[in-house]
Amino acid sequence: MNLTALWALVRKDLKLFLGDRRALILSLAAPIVIGAFFGFLFSGDGKKDTAKIPIALVDLDGSVLSRAVGAKLAEDKLLLVRPESEVQAREAVRKGRATAAVVLPKGFGDSAANAFFSSLGKPEVTVFYDPSHGMEMGLLRGLLTQAAMEVVSREMFTGDTGRTVVKRTLSGLDTSGVSSAEKAPLQDLLRSVDRWNAQQSAAPEKQRSGGLSLPYTLKEEPITAGSGIAYNGYAHSFGGMGVQFILFMGIDAGVALLVLRRSGTWQRLRAAPLGRRGILLARALSAAILATGILLVIFAAARLLFGVRILGSFAGFLGITVAFALMTATFGLLIAALGRTPEAARGLAIFGTLIMVMLGGAWIPSFVFPAWLQRATLLVPTRWAVDGLDAMTWRGLGFSAAVGPMAVLLGFAALFGILALWRFPFEDA
Amino acid sequence: MLELHNIRKSYGTQQAVKGISFAIRAGETLGLLGPNGAGKTTTVSMIAGLIAPDSGEVKLDGRSLGGDTDPLKARIGLVPQDLALFEDLSARDNLSLFGALYGLQGAALNGATAEALSFTGLTDRAKDKVKTFSGGMKRRLNLAAALLHDPDLIILDEPTVGVDPQSRNAIFEGLEALKARGKTLLYTTHYMEEAERLCDRIVIVDHGEVIADDTVAGLTRRLPLRNVLRLELENPPPGAWAEELAALPGIVSVRLEAAVLSVGLAELGPGSAAALGWLTTRGIAIAHAHTERADLETVFLALTGRTLRDA
Ligand SMILES: Nc1ncnc2c1ncn2[C@@H]1O[C@H](COP(=O)(O)OP(=O)(O)OP(=O)(O)O)[C@@H](O)[C@H]1O
Ligand SMILES: [Mg+2]
Repeated sequence: MNLTALWALVRKDLKLFLGDRRALILSLAAPIVIGAFFGFLFSGDGKKDTAKIPIALVDLDGSVLSRAVGAKLAEDKLLLVRPESEVQAREAVRKGRATAAVVLPKGFGDSAANAFFSSLGKPEVTVFYDPSHGMEMGLLRGLLTQAAMEVVSREMFTGDTGRTVVKRTLSGLDTSGVSSAEKAPLQDLLRSVDRWNAQQSAAPEKQRSGGLSLPYTLKEEPITAGSGIAYNGYAHSFGGMGVQFILFMGIDAGVALLVLRRSGTWQRLRAAPLGRRGILLARALSAAILATGILLVIFAAARLLFGVRILGSFAGFLGITVAFALMTATFGLLIAALGRTPEAARGLAIFGTLIMVMLGGAWIPSFVFPAWLQRATLLVPTRWAVDGLDAMTWRGLGFSAAVGPMAVLLGFAALFGILALWRFPFEDA
Repeated sequence: MLELHNIRKSYGTQQAVKGISFAIRAGETLGLLGPNGAGKTTTVSMIAGLIAPDSGEVKLDGRSLGGDTDPLKARIGLVPQDLALFEDLSARDNLSLFGALYGLQGAALNGATAEALSFTGLTDRAKDKVKTFSGGMKRRLNLAAALLHDPDLIILDEPTVGVDPQSRNAIFEGLEALKARGKTLLYTTHYMEEAERLCDRIVIVDHGEVIADDTVAGLTRRLPLRNVLRLELENPPPGAWAEELAALPGIVSVRLEAAVLSVGLAELGPGSAAALGWLTTRGIAIAHAHTERADLETVFLALTGRTLRDA
């Protein structure tokens, strides 16, 4: 292959691209601006004022216990609890002002206390929820369980209601239908509780036990590149947007060949002894060089503007960048080869990039996909690019974590390149 | 130097070239002439190796092109019918690119670029982007781009389409200079006067077939008329007198357009004497007179019964 000719074609493409202001803006400014926007939305910076989940609380009981449960929920930093009437609460959920409403029924305190040991006559707590917020519903269920268990158990082991209930349960045991084998141990347990309660109420307030509580305390620590380094949402968003706009550039490069094919220039190129392989190779190389340059500029901007750093292997980052650039370049050629005309190729490109970008996790990180989709998207090359860039930036992984994504991206590049060479319409104009 | 043996090419059911054969000797300038859609560009594309013939052979110096990276392709310089230029690059960048495509680099490339620029009179505009050029300048640059690698056979596919007389002249002078340097030219056109001015030999194609292959003189010799007498009349009288004139012996055709009478003659001497004598006896005054050789337009008409423009 004639390297002089090849390099001349590559230089021509680079010159044309750098001289084209529209292409520059689309490929550089757009991903930086949109990356900044997405980064701001998803970034850890938001933790100071993470939106709380608005909850309506309807307390139809007004007992010590029901008020304590309400107070416990209100303490939680994830919830914004507002007391409402039942009618208001329903309306609030329907209109989306509240994500859910918790209704503590009349008699909640008494029934809950009675049901604590005997599991008889449990009160029914109703939750109205907005079906579009399934995830928050799960969270609320957990928090409600925790609050109710803590409040009721404390009452049972310390409070006055507890003492009355234990006594009543003890005397009711004969008629309760509990089997004779269970009766004796349960009587022992309840008598012990009664003695415990007597002791507790005699003790000074400070030394009383607090009832049941979570058998552990929780320390939350985000796992990133190292301790003391915060997750940087901009790293992911700049990677994702870079990938997306570089795909656009790659397709533009492929379509440019189809446009060229309609002019005499195409005949002129074909008349030279460079061959069809040379023409496609030159286009792939120039597009890959541009893609690499664009991604580096985008990450440089992310570094300057938002302090995004490559905390993992820099060589791995470069390797993934170059492998992704080659994949993009051949993907553009493949789209052109399958489209055969600029118009058809552009139509195909919209479909192709949407799949690549959405399923690749450039917009929304792939870990929020359902499990089957996460497995399926391993067939999408951009998924490897996005995950690989994540691994090298904020996850701070070593070079070995870059090898897999690089190999997969290069494999796709080879596949796309061969298909493009096979299908590209060289002759019939 | 170049031989075509019965080459054929179809696009679907459309037979663009139906078995064309001709040859060009080294140093010769051949005109490939034919109306729109005759198959000229298709033929030229097969010579340059851009499309493969369905059957038949193209041989350059006795050898067929072996694939699209055959170094033999560098013997050919192609000037495509459609402009082959990058509008957003300067003239010099365009030329360097086309030179580099044939492996030129460094001083050799710079030298060839400078020469091609001066050859086509574009040195002053070397740094300007092609999109700022006039149509004629683009055509000249299009020609220059084919010359950098100093090919022996230069194929020109209608290189003067849409060109003003000044640029056309510049192009023609360039081609004559190439001819003088011993280059072989294959010149495609449907302008008769161009082929007549430049070419040693002419191949006329129509509907994908060769209908004539001869020297300019040879073609005219085959015709029923050799010369045309053109007379500007002062006051052409009305009536069907022109047909009477056409009936005279030695006169082949008569056509009156505005005040210009064109009389086709088999033999110049006797024919013109008869025509002038007849007009004088009728008292039809002649303002101006000259004779021309029969042109290729007439040749085409005689060979096909159709004029070139409406073929
Ligand atoms: N790519 C193509 N697909 C289908 N038909 C084609 C193609 N190229 C040429 N043809 C047809 O082949 C015939 C010959 O075309 P060609 O371009 O060779 O003519 P030409 O002599 O160069 O005409 P012109 O003087 O207009 O340039 C025409 O009928 C044309 O429509
Ligand atoms: Mg043509």
